[in-house]
Amino acid sequence: MASKVLMKGNEAIAEGALLAGCRHYFGYPITPQTEIAAYMAKKMPKLGGTFLQAESEVAAINMVIGASAAGRRAMTSSSSPGFALKSEGLSYLAGCDLPAVVVNIQRGGPGLGGIQPSQADYYHATKSAGHGDFRMLVLAPNSVQEMLDYAFEAFELADKYRITAMLLSDGTLGQMMEPVDTATKVPGPSIDKPWALTGTGEQRPPNLVNSLYLTPEELEGTVFVRYDRYKVIEEKETRYEEYLTDDADIVVVAYGAASRIAQNAIDAARRDGLKTGLLRPITLWPFPKKPLFRLAQKATAFVAAELSMGQMAEDVELAVRCQRPVFLCRRTGGVMITPEEVLQKIREAALGQDPAA
Amino acid sequence: MSAETKRILLAGFGGQGILFAGKFLASLGLSQEREVSWLPSYGPEMRGGTANCSVIISRERIGSPIVSAPNILVCMNGPSLEKFEPAMEGGGVLFYDSSLINRQAVRDDISVFGIPATQMATDHQMAALANVVLLGKLLRETGLCDEGTAGQVMQDIVPGRKQDLLEANIRALALGFRYEAAV
Repeated sequence: MASKVLMKGNEAIAEGALLAGCRHYFGYPITPQTEIAAYMAKKMPKLGGTFLQAESEVAAINMVIGASAAGRRAMTSSSSPGFALKSEGLSYLAGCDLPAVVVNIQRGGPGLGGIQPSQADYYHATKSAGHGDFRMLVLAPNSVQEMLDYAFEAFELADKYRITAMLLSDGTLGQMMEPVDTATKVPGPSIDKPWALTGTGEQRPPNLVNSLYLTPEELEGTVFVRYDRYKVIEEKETRYEEYLTDDADIVVVAYGAASRIAQNAIDAARRDGLKTGLLRPITLWPFPKKPLFRLAQKATAFVAAELSMGQMAEDVELAVRCQRPVFLCRRTGGVMITPEEVLQKIREAALGQDPAA
Repeated sequence: MSAETKRILLAGFGGQGILFAGKFLASLGLSQEREVSWLPSYGPEMRGGTANCSVIISRERIGSPIVSAPNILVCMNGPSLEKFEPAMEGGGVLFYDSSLINRQAVRDDISVFGIPATQMATDHQMAALANVVLLGKLLRETGLCDEGTAGQVMQDIVPGRKQDLLEANIRALALGFRYEAAV
């Protein structure tokens, strides 16, 4: 394993972005994601790229809009309160059909909240990142290796679909170190960007990057076209991992750091003779609805385990079309769930209790 | 996870090198081709307050990186011993700095090594390396690696431009490896 090195999750994200050819990073410091900016500040100048600490989160996301409009791979990162500020820019990116990669290393909220790990920006990331009809492609790694892998992948997906790809993670994964193999990543063939503002050279008509359409039908048309693209993403890019689901009566659904904790609970439940498995969404949008519905045909109950008051659990209920009870194991505000808490919910689910009771 | 999985918790004050000692153990695990994870406490409490660090070394895929019931515990201040000794797994091994902690361990179902690490380090003009003295003792008593291997791992994680630091760290490891409590 000589090729593996110990890295923090935040550093692995930055390295993954650099491997993907990102040469424009704009950020503003906030715990617990500041190592991303620190890593970029150290490496980017050596690669001839731009590291810029903006005057605010709003400025940073607008710089991403500019670099992306020029056809470059650009990224910003922040933590929860910072993403509330970036919302306007996320909506403009969507309205302009610009690819971008954004990273949210979540901390407890609402408000300034705290600095400990959280998953309470699930709604924001998957349903309401800004005003208007639009989606972001949301990736949720659960290891330091995946922080690198999906940061890399996010750039490929963003360019392919002209969409903002968000890496949604949390303080635990951002701060922890694990072995990482950096050698496997080679960018695919560069994706043509005929829409980019690169200068006409008086050889072609000017391009326009714009999100203002004063004719409702015209605006509606742009949204329809975008949603056709979202449909393709739902069909082709939904990602998830299953663990011991083949014979599972109880299926735990958890992503990111919570899925790591759920794994311990599932192993403990198996030792107790409870047939339990894990479905881990890797894309939160698109959410793995089909595999969950498939599992609902065999499983008797689901347990959603998350670091929020149950934001993802709603998507589990929708995915299984409320055909099976969905129990909820939740902590929030920066408190982690424990394997014991998840195991307790698995036991309740196995007894067939009413989750609302 | 199997019984041979090491669930290590290191705790003390910020500035004592808790995170560095944890990084050493994670690097050792990596060099032995194990699965490893390293998770620090983070936040304002680190500046002068308490710091702790969870390290897991396993042959199997690691689930939760949080160590709540350590089978190896290192304490470098009294509050850490108060807090974490009761959480230890039965049969676990406790190492604490007896220069800084005045009381004995309470549990009788664990192995306990009190090492005057800060005193030893100070006596050898390396007061900041009590963490590494403890580490040396830990490596020997748990059989995680021999002294030569420990030296190689130290070489991997101390930056090359800090050669003087590397030598001091290796001497501190040796102090820990060779420490025997007076009977």
